[in-house]
Amino acid sequence: MANGVATDAAARLPASRRRAARRRFARHKSWIAFFMALPLIALIAALVVYPALYSLFLATLNKGMERFVGLGNFTFLFQRDLFWMVVKQSVIFAVSAVIFKALIGFVVAHFVHNIPAKGQRKWRGMLLVPWVIPPAMSTLAWFWLFDPSYSAFNWVLSRIGFHNVPWLGDPLWARFSVILVNVWYGAPFFLIMYLAALKSVPEQLYEAAAIDGANWWQKIWYVTLPMMRNIIAITVLFSLIVTFANFDIVRILTAGGPIDQTHVFATWAFQLGIEGGDLPLGACVSLFMFPILGVAAYFILRDINRRGNEA
Amino acid sequence: MKAKSLRRERRWALIWSYVFLVVFAVIFLTPPLYMLITSLKTSAEISAVTLPWWVFHPTLENYYALFTSEAYLTFFRNSVVVSLSVVAITMVISILAAFSLSRMRFWGSATLATGVFLTYLIPETLLFIPLFKIFAFVQDWTGIELMNHWWVLIVIFPTLTVPFCTWIMIGYFASIPKELDEAALIDGASYFQVLTRVFLPVALPGVIAATIFAFTVSWADFLYPMAFTTSIDQLVLPAGIVTTLIKGDVFNWGQIMTAALLGAAPPLVIYAFLMDYYIAGLTAGATKG
Repeated sequence: MANGVATDAAARLPASRRRAARRRFARHKSWIAFFMALPLIALIAALVVYPALYSLFLATLNKGMERFVGLGNFTFLFQRDLFWMVVKQSVIFAVSAVIFKALIGFVVAHFVHNIPAKGQRKWRGMLLVPWVIPPAMSTLAWFWLFDPSYSAFNWVLSRIGFHNVPWLGDPLWARFSVILVNVWYGAPFFLIMYLAALKSVPEQLYEAAAIDGANWWQKIWYVTLPMMRNIIAITVLFSLIVTFANFDIVRILTAGGPIDQTHVFATWAFQLGIEGGDLPLGACVSLFMFPILGVAAYFILRDINRRGNEA
Repeated sequence: MKAKSLRRERRWALIWSYVFLVVFAVIFLTPPLYMLITSLKTSAEISAVTLPWWVFHPTLENYYALFTSEAYLTFFRNSVVVSLSVVAITMVISILAAFSLSRMRFWGSATLATGVFLTYLIPETLLFIPLFKIFAFVQDWTGIELMNHWWVLIVIFPTLTVPFCTWIMIGYFASIPKELDEAALIDGASYFQVLTRVFLPVALPGVIAATIFAFTVSWADFLYPMAFTTSIDQLVLPAGIVTTLIKGDVFNWGQIMTAALLGAAPPLVIYAFLMDYYIAGLTAGATKG
């Protein structure tokens, strides 16, 4: 109501006074705006920015957190083979999972897009289910499917004449399994994003390509992919961030085992910091997620700026 | 002749599409279906060497056991209270902020909008260890015990939901024509009235999408409860099922699968009824803004 009064008053004043009043009003308005955004600012400052900065400090303390050790934790980590194994495994896990999610999402999105529009809703609904189930719950189901003695997968494999597979017992298979579950959980997200993108490609482009004699492969390569480039880039970037920081799947399926061979940064940091009681070392490990996240930040910022200039 | 072969080609493409869709649907739906299958089995049937993909003696004893289990009902109640509170807090914070950032602007508001987006780059897996320590010294200073209480999740879950919900709401608010709120302001409405009488009704699909997102995220989160709550009466569903039903090497798989299925039910039910809003929320980040 106060603003309404202010505009009424402004209308009756001479030009110079009116300008001053308008300026005062604008200042007043920006204060209201600031207070409306204040809860958001407070939340992010207190529970995101501050802890993130604090973990930089925490990483320089010793285990008892009473003595400053500088980069001691980092040099300690660099000397351990397990650390380099975790680095390698995190990268393999994130990169291969994202590649397969992107490929499967792309292929399935095309199949859904191919069928008559009437049935698409139903199929889309079914195919998105893995993304809707809380990952902790669905990973339990996978854990049970992988169970060494009652594995439902191995039952099928043995019926069709294959050997039992030690899904979670053998390091190599365990690495495969955690990636498999992650792909299963994340592919539907790509599917939905691609489907939305496919819908936005104008049909005329395909018609024009068909008239020019393009085959299906050329249509995908020269029409679909360039038109979807932005969405593919954003989706891959986001998925890379989320997958790199994944905790639930590895924690529940293998808890890092067998013999620590499937640890990623998040699960190892949890084991060292919370379970092992060495918070500084745990903070140190999780800080190694920063470089890849920094690269992601660079691309996202560039993208946002570009969008901002277009608007 | 050409038209005929083209039509045949189309039909084959359609048939292949259906074949592959069936294959993928089977793969995608196997784990939840297997949850359901296992949840209907007796312990004897689970450990018997029979076809695992079929239920020979269906029973509801697992469901009965969970509905009479004090611990499981506590997990469920904690999850419901936490998720609903987080949804309420998230929507208030993000709607106010989105309105302010998309319409009113103030010094630094553009930077703040970008900053909100960038919080996605600081995942919870990076924050749980410093938060653990921060909780400890908050307790030293103020005497408020933050560790091992379910309500602490209400305080920290908004960090997972607010940035994306704000982003969704900015997208929806930005699509509302400026003339609409200018007209309301000229008619003497205050900013608060513009928000509640004009923006919220017009952006209702966005509000619903953001609400669904906030609910599913806080319902599903696993890391924060694992790190900050340990007592049985303080756990929420995901952490509760994983830490209490799996005891050492003894797995009661019938109950675990039932618990997981029931835990997955609320998001699935919401999804079944509000699929379009759910998907709108998911794709909002990339196609809008």
